[in-house]
Amino acid sequence: MLPDLLAVGVPWAVASIVLPLAVALAAIALGPHARHLVLPGALLGAVIALAAAAQVLAHGAWHHAVGGWLPPLGIRLRLDGLAASFLVATAVVACGVAGFSRRLFEPSARRETRAGFAFWPLFFVMWAGLNAVFLGADLFNLYVALELLTLTAVAMVALDGKAETLAAAIRYLLFALLGSLAYLLGVALLYARYGALDLGLLRAAAVPDAITLAAGAIMTAGLMAKTAIFPLHGWLPPAHAGAPTPASAMLSALVVKASFYLIARLWFDVLPAAATVETSQLFGALGAGAIVFGSLLALRQEQLKLVIAYSTVAQLGYLFLMFPLTGSAAAPQPWAAAAWTGGMFHALAHAPAKAAMFLAAGLMIKACGDGRLAPLAGIGRDLPIACFAFGLAAVSLMGLPPSGGFTAKYLLLTAALASGQWWWALAILAGGLLAAAYLFRVLNRFLIAPAEAAPRVAVARRDQAIALALAGVSILLGLASLVPYQLLQIGRPAAAVGGLS
Amino acid sequence: MTAALVFDLSLCLLIAAVALAAVLADDLFTAIVLFIVYGLLAAIAWVRLDAIDVALAEAAIGAGLTGLLLVGAAARLGGRGAPPAAGRTPWRLLGKAAPAALCVAAAAALVVLVLALPDDAPGLRPLVAETIAASGVTNPVTAVLLNFRGYDTLLETIVLAVALVGVWSLTPDRDWGSVPGARQHARPDGVLATFGRLLPALGLLVAAHLLWAGADAPGGAFQAGTVLAAVWLVVVMAGVLPAPATADTRVRLLLVAGPAAFLGFGAVGAAGGVFLGHPAGAAKATILAIETALTLSIAATLGLLVLGVPRRPA
Repeated sequence: MLPDLLAVGVPWAVASIVLPLAVALAAIALGPHARHLVLPGALLGAVIALAAAAQVLAHGAWHHAVGGWLPPLGIRLRLDGLAASFLVATAVVACGVAGFSRRLFEPSARRETRAGFAFWPLFFVMWAGLNAVFLGADLFNLYVALELLTLTAVAMVALDGKAETLAAAIRYLLFALLGSLAYLLGVALLYARYGALDLGLLRAAAVPDAITLAAGAIMTAGLMAKTAIFPLHGWLPPAHAGAPTPASAMLSALVVKASFYLIARLWFDVLPAAATVETSQLFGALGAGAIVFGSLLALRQEQLKLVIAYSTVAQLGYLFLMFPLTGSAAAPQPWAAAAWTGGMFHALAHAPAKAAMFLAAGLMIKACGDGRLAPLAGIGRDLPIACFAFGLAAVSLMGLPPSGGFTAKYLLLTAALASGQWWWALAILAGGLLAAAYLFRVLNRFLIAPAEAAPRVAVARRDQAIALALAGVSILLGLASLVPYQLLQIGRPAAAVGGLS
Repeated sequence: MTAALVFDLSLCLLIAAVALAAVLADDLFTAIVLFIVYGLLAAIAWVRLDAIDVALAEAAIGAGLTGLLLVGAAARLGGRGAPPAAGRTPWRLLGKAAPAALCVAAAAALVVLVLALPDDAPGLRPLVAETIAASGVTNPVTAVLLNFRGYDTLLETIVLAVALVGVWSLTPDRDWGSVPGARQHARPDGVLATFGRLLPALGLLVAAHLLWAGADAPGGAFQAGTVLAAVWLVVVMAGVLPAPATADTRVRLLLVAGPAAFLGFGAVGAAGGVFLGHPAGAAKATILAIETALTLSIAATLGLLVLGVPRRPA
């Protein structure tokens, strides 16, 4: 008889960190032969993520003391519904990106190329770093995981080696390092105050005194710089638009979410007692600013990838509406849990949609040999599948039914209206309209008849199909939202229901 | 006032003065030299705080290796990294005064926060002391790095490997796979060449000692690896051994050996129920085995980081 592979204690969570690290090390050692490992490694990673999610659905959240040492001495990993759903979202996007990149970074004439060597270790370590962030339950360990992400993300931005992308990469590095240092400073203060780094122990011990509040504020500011939330978004568009297409997809879909995820963990899991109405309204104001400002800037861009990058700035804003909409413990909101779930759902649904959009855009730019919007006229005839993928992803970003983006924005909107905070509802609606404006501006260009038949470079149908599959996932999340919804509720923090503070 | 207090206060003043001088220096090279001095003074401060392991790491990596990387970067920049000649226009003064004011404010806030910390802050030192018998080693720092919080160290070794991949990824495409670093010209009977032949024996001994002693006294894989890297660099600079090509399979295997051994050990533990769990009673053996592999990989990685991007044919 087969052993029960989903039983409690089967370490799928550990495997989701070990496997990508092993593939990354093998890729460094194997050089030009590494490409044979890429697809099996990515698919196995997806199987592991799905198994971890199934395990949580079947048996609930799982904790693992690494090395057998319990906190405060050791480090815990925590696999709950939230972590499992981010593992799956990451695996879905990573599989698409791996399939898309395999031929892009092929060795030329059996010789290893620079970008071909560097991309795969960076990609798999980035994947492992993301999973380590989602599973981490120890503030210092999370810092190390963030460093893995920063290093791999910056190196990926610089991969093309052009002067302007190097400048974007350096600016990204400075922002990200400043963010890491701020986070680390907060961690040091909390450790000095409470003698613990474990999220659960800190939550039990934390009191809203000056040091705790200062530490929380410093850590949040650092993580916000890494998330590129308005007004700290300046580094994001040149970095995400200048990176090679697969890197753009990983960075915009996943990497910026990791630091947001930590902000959410920090306030909902560790310091709900330290949150005040003012702080959560401030978070909301930054989010609303990001939505409006990012969308307006997206509307003014003339480069396709910059439109998509500014759209990321705008879409990240919705995540921060979660904080005011869950309300405070003093006045619990009936729809608080919907606001929390809606925010997380938005992070999950945005990932495949944004990855699909960047991959489709990369193919269109390759076909035109030009990154500007003007030469894209009529490309719908030449790359129908990529354009359809872009359109489907746009449906999710605009929040139209039946997409995952719709479900997320519907939950947020309901929470805003139910709690009487109509001003956030206005920001959500304005964001939807503005997204329609900047995306239809691009979609319209795809469909108009060109003045003269432009020469196009052929692109593989298979690569277009990958973009379409990812866009399909973001729609599917709206049609079949019950399972992810249930998954998110497992191990949900109490503050998501009872409100912050 | 005791002599120790006078010494500590002077050290603090000196550190602050050197840091300020490094920030204010007009010339990049001067700033780097002051930064190295700052690192060495900080290492002495760690000694005064009874944190010998941190002092070793600060001297070897914070001052030594980082200083070397900065010198290398400054050399490659030529004169281009120099700050623009100081003028006295109001905007330029404001441009300098604003960050300075911000730094002073941040430092002041930090001082206030640190002073507000409770005096009897609950550290983990007693718990580590209580549990150390089960860790396989008696040096608490090694116990934390390789056993209690081995997961952090595993990820740190990956950070190091990825840093090298990141540096290599900046190679011009045509030079990919070639040899890193500038060509060295050492006179065969010169001081450097003699040094390159004499130093390895001593350096290997020191590295091996640091690695072995790390179980019971300050030392360990990171310090041993740094010493080994320094020895290797002197050997390369003296022309005793050539720098290897980055495409060399043996180099690649050496780079991943340590992290791979650590990861493999963790995976075996996970299959047995505890990720990175040391077998009962044999923890010292597993820790030393992992540290030996790590020492070699750390030495190779640090040495190659200093040599920089590949830029000449094999």
